[in-house]
Amino acid sequence: MNTALSWIKAYVPDLECTDQEYMDAMTLSGTKVEGYSRRDNNLEKIVVGRIDKIERHPDADKLIVCQVNIGSEVVQIVTGAPNVKEGDKVPVVLDGGKVAGGHDGGPLPEDGIQIKAGKLRGVPSNGMMCSIEELGSDRNMYPEAPELGIYIFEDDVEVGADAVEALGLHDTVFEYEVTSNRVDCYSVIGIARETAATFRKPFYPPQVTVTGNGGNVEDYISVEVEDKELCPRYCARVCTNIQIGPSPKWMQRRLAASGIRPINNLVDITNYVMEEYGQPMHAYDLDMIAGHKIIVRRAKDGDSFRTLDGQDRNLDADVLMICDAEKEVGIAGIMGGENSMITDEVKTVLFEAAAFNGANIRKSAKRVGLRTDASGKFEKGLDPHNAEAAINRACQLIEELGCGEVVDGMVDVSGELKQEVVLPFEPDKYNKLLGTDVSKEEMLDIFKMIELSYDPAANNLTIPTFRQDLLRQCDIAEEVARFYGYDKIPSTLPSGEATTGKLPFKLRIEQKARDIAEYCGFSQGMCYSFESPKVFDKLLLDADDPARRAISIANPLGEDFSVMRTVSLNGMLTSLATNYNRRNKDVRLYELGNIYVPKALPLTELPDERMQFTLGMYGDGDFFTMKGVIEEFLDSIGLHKKIKYDPNAGKNFLHPGRQANVIYEGTILGYLGEVHPEVCDNYDMKARAYVAVLDMPQIVPYATFDRKYEGIARYPAVMRDISMVVPKEVMVGQIEAVIAQRGGRILEDYQLFDIYEGDQIKEGYKSVAYSITFRAKDRTLEDADITAAMKKILNGLEGMGIELRS
Amino acid sequence: MKEKLEQIKAEALRQIASSDALEKLNEVRVNYLGKKGELTAVLKGMKDVAPEDRPKVGQLVNETRAEIEKVLEESVKKMERAVREAKMKKEVIDVTLPAKKNNVGHRHPSTIALEEVERIFIGMGYEVVEGPEVERDYYNFEALNIPADHPAKDEQDTFYITGDILLRTQTSSTQVHEMEKGKLPIRMIAPGRVFRSDEVDATHSPSFHQIEGLVIDKNITLADLKGTLAEFAKELFGEETKVKFRPHHFPFTEPSAEMDVTCFKCGGKGCRFCKGEGWIEILGCGMVHPHVLEMSGIDPEQYSGFAFGVGLERIALLKYEIDDMRLLYENDIRFLKQF
Repeated sequence: MNTALSWIKAYVPDLECTDQEYMDAMTLSGTKVEGYSRRDNNLEKIVVGRIDKIERHPDADKLIVCQVNIGSEVVQIVTGAPNVKEGDKVPVVLDGGKVAGGHDGGPLPEDGIQIKAGKLRGVPSNGMMCSIEELGSDRNMYPEAPELGIYIFEDDVEVGADAVEALGLHDTVFEYEVTSNRVDCYSVIGIARETAATFRKPFYPPQVTVTGNGGNVEDYISVEVEDKELCPRYCARVCTNIQIGPSPKWMQRRLAASGIRPINNLVDITNYVMEEYGQPMHAYDLDMIAGHKIIVRRAKDGDSFRTLDGQDRNLDADVLMICDAEKEVGIAGIMGGENSMITDEVKTVLFEAAAFNGANIRKSAKRVGLRTDASGKFEKGLDPHNAEAAINRACQLIEELGCGEVVDGMVDVSGELKQEVVLPFEPDKYNKLLGTDVSKEEMLDIFKMIELSYDPAANNLTIPTFRQDLLRQCDIAEEVARFYGYDKIPSTLPSGEATTGKLPFKLRIEQKARDIAEYCGFSQGMCYSFESPKVFDKLLLDADDPARRAISIANPLGEDFSVMRTVSLNGMLTSLATNYNRRNKDVRLYELGNIYVPKALPLTELPDERMQFTLGMYGDGDFFTMKGVIEEFLDSIGLHKKIKYDPNAGKNFLHPGRQANVIYEGTILGYLGEVHPEVCDNYDMKARAYVAVLDMPQIVPYATFDRKYEGIARYPAVMRDISMVVPKEVMVGQIEAVIAQRGGRILEDYQLFDIYEGDQIKEGYKSVAYSITFRAKDRTLEDADITAAMKKILNGLEGMGIELRS
Repeated sequence: MKEKLEQIKAEALRQIASSDALEKLNEVRVNYLGKKGELTAVLKGMKDVAPEDRPKVGQLVNETRAEIEKVLEESVKKMERAVREAKMKKEVIDVTLPAKKNNVGHRHPSTIALEEVERIFIGMGYEVVEGPEVERDYYNFEALNIPADHPAKDEQDTFYITGDILLRTQTSSTQVHEMEKGKLPIRMIAPGRVFRSDEVDATHSPSFHQIEGLVIDKNITLADLKGTLAEFAKELFGEETKVKFRPHHFPFTEPSAEMDVTCFKCGGKGCRFCKGEGWIEILGCGMVHPHVLEMSGIDPEQYSGFAFGVGLERIALLKYEIDDMRLLYENDIRFLKQF
């Protein structure tokens, strides 16, 4: 909300502070000021001048030479403006002064534009006459200003006076961010009340009195509200003998500063009251209201209605309509209809000030696709009591501005209105919650300023109805805190029972995953949780792959963000591809993030959120580099037993000959492999890429940070090397399984030290060599021990078609 | 005899002095001190010396030997040192040649910020907890005092899965799960991913992270909230950091506040970074609304508490001066390597 400070000061006349002080103090008391702008910024040495004489420029057809009386003297000014004539009073910026902008109305330069005396085509010019744009405003705000020309004052301004003052520009517009609970503060009166309380100055709200013409409103209009839940109150008043004309300058200026374009006295009054009271008003031409009857009812499904902006709107039974005896005349709280629009010929006006159900207005505005200033206010849920005050204020202004006559009386149809809330006054409770020691008297002073009345006999506080946010004692405590000052509340630390800070085990494992990934050269990425369903095709998933059963978002930002991921690879591959296409070399990334596995679709219970540790890389490194990272990680979290790899992982998106499931104690922990070249193509990546995905919920149950010292071996180890010729299809994992199984208790370690296929080895075979280490904990091994163990191993290997090389 | 010994000594010392290599010194050792050396020869000639003079001569010989040995030893050491130095001189390297690095990877800036925050609160006795990202409406809204028609529900632009299941818009939902466990007192922080339907741009992302904090105990006050968060701000942004609390509104806290910290770039004087204000908005907080406590089965007459919510990306962007939020999800290695 934007409001001129001068408007606030109209109700808090004793307010004295700088703009910055105002902003800081209001923000600290809870009415946040987002910023402010001085309307006279960069306007210097600008006075009202009268053009006494105009002569043609001797050397330029389009220029004229004006003698301008500025009170103290007459200055010569050359201008190209076409709209001035002798006798006009105009704003004049003198030599050495400043204006805010250029005459084209473009963006205002930060430091304004300096004006200096000079010569125009040889003729001296000692200043400049200004357009409204040069004064930093525009014709929306000053509708009387001419298009492309010098601003011309009305005759009542004094020659030599401050022209900025005469335009009402010595003012500051403040932008407020009002929180949704403070419906009362979406109004000048509400802000002024807060201002008065913040600065502890008296508050003088408008005094509303209406003379009336002696008529009776009931002779003009009747009102029937069919749905009192959606319309708790409907107030109607009538004004006759309407004379449409411009509203007074003071009203125009205040509206202009709030960003509202002045139009005519009637429209301006409704807008003015909406700003001032926060109550949207609507004015109908009573002569167009059939049967002089208003009916408030729901629309019918499928109805259509043309709003006064000329658009047809589709309605349904949840949209509340204002109707006359024959037809709809407006969408309640949102916009009036074209059929009852006020024209300059209007004679009799029907004013409407109503309260509508906020939630319904919000939904209706969405449904009909039209959000207006009015609906924006109604949807917050306005105080029905305010409607009466506002409609009377509008009638007062009709009289004061000579816009028409007011018919006596108001038609008021209301259901049961909310009553004032009464709460016991409990100062100790407020202090206990705040940690303060504010005196009872000070609290009562605060309450008085914000119009909570205190009944000492009952020790009760009565909350005015415009404060819909004050319902419980904690709300009252906040009022105390706001005006006592949040900055004066002490800073303490919670006392009470000490607690232990903890990082849960699952998160400690994830921390370890990050550490190990980074030691291994992988940097952490972050990917979105939702992605396109096209991802499944990009990853070559089978039509019946369970991963295709993904949770869809009902209202996604677009297809690219429409399903919750069931596989973590798309994010990783996209990130690798981004790097690849930016020519980054040797990229290694990891990610820790959830996938979302539905138990059933559509969702009836929450899905299984599974943390995935995903690694990806291209450039330096291969399948076994990735395998190394997995083993480093698993070892670091206590999975010390043998990790097994099953090449039949069945992942379509991986190279069929270069993939494996990672298996521990019979459980599949995840998989790794080289990305299928077709998938690489799908991601526009022309390098071999390797990925690994570990399913953390499978890993955490095996993980432990317990460690036991096993002693350092005291007896010597004995090593034996074996060299084998092995059928190609036998994997070294199978050989290792035999060694591990048959080596017995004295087997300490075995290491592959050579693997070879080629010329010296017969077709279909490969050469494999292992170094096997034996050691006993309690004695020095003897030849017989080793020979026995080796014999068992060799027998086992021979059984697999393996030949020993001499 | 004495003269002879003096002569031998002088000659030995002269030879030592003129030696320019270790081998030569060794020759001197052999020639004078060895089994066939000159001093040994003198001792062998003892039989020609009168018995009463023998001890004296013996002593002289030993003294001479000791003296030669001493000088010889010093020369050997000196020469060895010279040889080693000459060798090292040849081994001079160019220390400005590139390092052999292990190419350690880098943590994501958001995670670095998260771990900082976790460290601070764990130190203050808080437990880190997690809650589901796909959440029920009740936990995300209703139990936080945001009933069906509440305007705050619109403000948050929620992604829905079904009418009742949604992507959580705030980690505050975790508060409710924690309170429902019924174990008091509570001191927890809940970091996690949240979702709002904002289009991706330099300052918005449909997915980002928050850290929720909740303390519930007897006698918890707004002053405690102020003190705790002031401590947090100092730990995170530096000892000089000051905080400012402004009244605000959240449906699930009352009183509520927003906290600003002094701009860590200019220290509060006002600069371009803080848009001249000297302060930067950092988090929302407040005293847990009694109705929220009631709904989760906690008696607000006995217990009170405070809660706060910090945007993790906001902290990361501010702290590391990252000017575009999209960088956080692009995973360009040139970006990640800077952290």
